[in-house]
Amino acid sequence: MIKAWFNQHVFVFFLVIKRIIVAPVTSLLSILVMGIAFSLPAGIYVLVENLQSISSQTTTTPQMSLFLQQEAVQRDIGEIKRLLEENEQVIRFQFVSKDQALLQLQQNSGLNNVMRSLGYNPLPDAFIVDTLDVNAESLDQLRTVMQAWPSVEYVQFDSAWAKRLEAILNFGQAIALMLFTLLSVAIIAVMFNTIRLQILTKQDEIEVSKLIGATDGFIRRPFLYFGAIQGLAGGIAALVIIALALQTMNTDLSVLAELYSIDLHLKHLSTTDSISLLLFATWLGWLGARLSVASHLWKIEPKY
Amino acid sequence: MIQFKHVSKRFPDGYIGLNNVDLIIDAGEMVFITGHSGAGKSTLLKLIAAMERPTSGSIAINGQNIAQLKPGALPFLRRKIGFVFQDHKLLFDRNVFDNVLLPLHISGFDQKVVASRIRAALDKVGLLKKEKAMPITLSGGERQRLCIARAVVHRPAILIADEPTGNLDMAYARDIMAMFHSFHKVGVTVLIATHDAALLEDRQHRILSLQHGKLVA
Repeated sequence: MIKAWFNQHVFVFFLVIKRIIVAPVTSLLSILVMGIAFSLPAGIYVLVENLQSISSQTTTTPQMSLFLQQEAVQRDIGEIKRLLEENEQVIRFQFVSKDQALLQLQQNSGLNNVMRSLGYNPLPDAFIVDTLDVNAESLDQLRTVMQAWPSVEYVQFDSAWAKRLEAILNFGQAIALMLFTLLSVAIIAVMFNTIRLQILTKQDEIEVSKLIGATDGFIRRPFLYFGAIQGLAGGIAALVIIALALQTMNTDLSVLAELYSIDLHLKHLSTTDSISLLLFATWLGWLGARLSVASHLWKIEPKY
Repeated sequence: MIQFKHVSKRFPDGYIGLNNVDLIIDAGEMVFITGHSGAGKSTLLKLIAAMERPTSGSIAINGQNIAQLKPGALPFLRRKIGFVFQDHKLLFDRNVFDNVLLPLHISGFDQKVVASRIRAALDKVGLLKKEKAMPITLSGGERQRLCIARAVVHRPAILIADEPTGNLDMAYARDIMAMFHSFHKVGVTVLIATHDAALLEDRQHRILSLQHGKLVA
């Protein structure tokens, strides 16, 4: 029984591949349609992911800079450390001494000469604080609290731009999700119609098969395979389209990246995301075919 | 064994196909069913293959009442039966070989054995040299033989033929009948519906006569 079942599936797989190859232009066009339909939302998703990873190299969690007064001494610093450790809102913090800050500034910017000519270090000791909450209101409260601590000169709230970026990225993600939903429905509709036409042209075969002992599953199978395989091919087409688009963009970006001497490079979907896309595309093709089969096949009752 | 008990079939338009038929056909028997057209020959054959359901009565094949089979079980009943259709029901989008392949494919036969099975069936009906031909290029007699090959390729226990010699001349008809006799000899239960009196000349097999849906001696 299992062997017969397996044989049928292998047979149907090759039968469907043959059907796709026999009509190469039609098949390629519908695969391309699906590829484009998938590549739009998936492409937006890729861009959002890339922007997110670029921004996370700087910061995405809200961050505050806590600057101490110039005259603060080691004891004051210890006190602030203790206060930070006790505060529940603080996830982690990093102490940047004035010497460290100066060193970083000299290394990273062209201000080396200016600093040297100044003759002393104008930078204060500072803490960089990552906070738990992203909510603007509670961040403001925290800021007020910290501002009141002894020997704190100024608390700077760095997260405004990060939050703006995050909002934009969330918006991008929402658009990607919306497109995904809409185009998924479109793909189901396209597959529904494709299978409907196939069923019409296979009417004789379906009737005869039923008369000589084919189960409903047997009759359905080639159509479901067709939907799934076309869906999978559409998913692969989408990955290829995105890869080509990214390659083009990366060529242009590399010029920009060179000017700013930073590493700016758009990455393709991760392996997990690619596999998810392919599985989803396969499932969507199958679903379109399944719905079509369910609504059309029962109408064909063998007449003899 | 096929057993009809008080089987009647009334069609939705009121036409009576069969009227209270009782009959027993033993396994391995060869039976002719005769009668004028519209007497219920086709209805009787279709009831056996569960292509129609009786209005009343029971039909048992090997003790199983097929009038009460669930729709899901029908395909498996039909696989035990080879049906030679009056209008052949060949598929014109594929060649002779692939037409005969269909029942094996439906039953899920191993790809390695199907080719030899198909060629054996085609050989029996004399179409071995035409395996690559398209059905549209075949003559009426050849199409009938192709239909027979498709009906027997999966070696069914019961072979049913509805007017298998309908439009054929006498020489072809005798050929076809000889094939049915050879299947009967290897133990297949054979049921043939025909109005062709010439086929009934040899009286060695049982003849069931139908008149207006009733069985007459």
